[in-house]
Amino acid sequence: MQQFVSLAARACPLPLANVDTDQLIPARFMRRPRSEGYGQLLLHDLRRRPDGELDPGFPINAEAYRGAKILVARRNFGGGSSREAAVYALADHGFRAVIAPSFGDIFAQNAVKNGLLPARVTDAEAEQLLADLARREIETLAVDLPTQTIKAGVRTIGFAIDSVWKQQLLNGWDDVDLTLNEAPAIAAFWARDEQARPWVKPRRAS
Amino acid sequence: MRNMPMPATPPMPATLMDKIWRAHAILERDGRTLIAIDRHFVHEGSHHGFAQVRARGAQLLRPELTYGFADHYAPTRPESAAGAPEAMDMVRRLAANTAEYGVEYFGLADPRRGIVHVAAPELGLTLPGLTIVCGDSHTSTHGAFGAYAFGIGASEVAHVMLTQTLWQKRPKRMRVTVEGALFAGVGAKDIALAIIAKIGADGAQGHALEYAGATVRGLDMAGRMTLCNLSVESGARLGLIAPDETCFAYLKNRPFAPTGALFERAVAEWRMLATDADAVFDKEIALDAREIAPVVTWGVTPDQSAPINGVVPVPEGPKSDAMRDAQAYMGLTPGQTLTDIAIDRVFIGSCTNSRIEDLRMAAAVLSGRRAVVPGLVSPGSMAVKQQAEQEGLDAIFIAAGLDWVDAGCSMCVGMNGDLLKPGERCASTTNRNFKGRQGPNGRTHLMSPAMAAAAAVTGRLTDARPLLKGRL
Ligand code: SF4
Repeated sequence: MQQFVSLAARACPLPLANVDTDQLIPARFMRRPRSEGYGQLLLHDLRRRPDGELDPGFPINAEAYRGAKILVARRNFGGGSSREAAVYALADHGFRAVIAPSFGDIFAQNAVKNGLLPARVTDAEAEQLLADLARREIETLAVDLPTQTIKAGVRTIGFAIDSVWKQQLLNGWDDVDLTLNEAPAIAAFWARDEQARPWVKPRRAS
Repeated sequence: MRNMPMPATPPMPATLMDKIWRAHAILERDGRTLIAIDRHFVHEGSHHGFAQVRARGAQLLRPELTYGFADHYAPTRPESAAGAPEAMDMVRRLAANTAEYGVEYFGLADPRRGIVHVAAPELGLTLPGLTIVCGDSHTSTHGAFGAYAFGIGASEVAHVMLTQTLWQKRPKRMRVTVEGALFAGVGAKDIALAIIAKIGADGAQGHALEYAGATVRGLDMAGRMTLCNLSVESGARLGLIAPDETCFAYLKNRPFAPTGALFERAVAEWRMLATDADAVFDKEIALDAREIAPVVTWGVTPDQSAPINGVVPVPEGPKSDAMRDAQAYMGLTPGQTLTDIAIDRVFIGSCTNSRIEDLRMAAAVLSGRRAVVPGLVSPGSMAVKQQAEQEGLDAIFIAAGLDWVDAGCSMCVGMNGDLLKPGERCASTTNRNFKGRQGPNGRTHLMSPAMAAAAAVTGRLTDARPLLKGRL
């Protein structure tokens, strides 16, 4: 997986709460293979006008935030479904970090697996960042994972992240490779378990 | 924390969640635990997971613990198959993937098929004390059996396929205790929406929810599944209910469940899963069932709800922006009486409310009455469909003017082409009222099957209780 240590980049404000996974990528697009790229599908219905054209006033469409790699939003970002495609859409659009007061659990876990940082700040700090970015008083943010800080102009604020996720992002290891190294322990578990819980094995129907 | 080494016996008091966790922990590393996975369910959306396995040129480690269900894109009517060739492609892709990797598959022609969270329990694939995962957040449903069941993303799907394990951090513990008798016509969906309203759409983030109390113990398995299904809508990864006689009776003689002496042995072990009396939770919430009226959502998150005798609330407090935005999307005004809200369509179905017990409640309201709006009734599995037809429920729905269709996720997520038109307002028994969930600019009001049936009859959001008088 992709590592995340630090990032200084343009940031885009998305002053919305409860941006759930259905908004991040509507279900009807999920049959597409990842190889087609999911970036254009990010927030598909929110960023378009009723006639289907991109709304130039919507933050991620706006010229001012073009090329942004950091997204700032309100509470409960990524709540809802387990679709990893929500993270693919953000990542393929170019985002490497999302800053918000809280995140959907499965979303955050999926994000980490894809090297996308879910950084938690207080509601007040999120509001301040949103306001500063909207007024274009600041345009870039510098996110540093080891120190868990965000530099916004002259201010430096802290952010929270689960320590396990932090470690995962910092070392960027692939979980599958990590686990395959434990194959003997896993095999031993199942051998023991078959004795301990013989009823677990599904009985074949026919 | 006690400041002494943990004695071997007696063990520390533990919750149901802890007991299952312990039985599955293989090893610990950097604060994460590698846990063994007993069941993995896949559906059409799991194609990203299969693609990752294929990219490694690998095989599934334990394909005999993996089961495939056609549900998310399953056509519920012949027309929906014809009208959505891409959806049919998704079903075919699942059939091909499961065949290639040696996974038992319940496909469109299989009478055992259905929505994974309805069909797997029916088949006895869901058992107490198991770890169960699926690339679908409502996997929490299986917690109704006292299983540790949760939704996972595509990378984790591939991880389970390749290793039959997952790296997890232990969730915090939260207990929701519900005591008191429910009013007739008030059920598990109302309890769940009331809990979500109380703790908020992100209130249980990072927690495993355990449901306890006499009201919960009094629920049948269908009701318990509804309750655990909606755990994710308060931000929890999973919900659990201690397995008891109701649960064991349900499981007896299910096709994939153990039988005979093995079943008896399992039951004896399942009884020990219950949370110890002195176990400690990080958070405790209590609800009085006598205070729960039928609940409907007015907004775009499942916690934006009110009792049916209430009004659309006036935006205030820290959430006022979100409330205003939700009411604008839903086309509602503060202070509006909920029962004045006219609907365009009803949907009765989804893994939340499509079991035979749910259909019986809807039929109790609809019997001898006509729906004044169009609607769809989609049973959760083909077995439920057959049972409903044996009981004559299909005739009640059809006589009421509703469409009686095949099993699938259908209008819960709209992937098979069953969608709302823009601006349409739906009384729905599903679990998510997110913007666009049932179709772009569609408006969803979540409620119980009885309430959706009542809305069908009057064309407005309606208290089902008077319509159920003398019928339960
Ligand atoms: S019915 Fe809806 S919530 Fe349930 S599994 Fe299907 S899409 Fe997911």
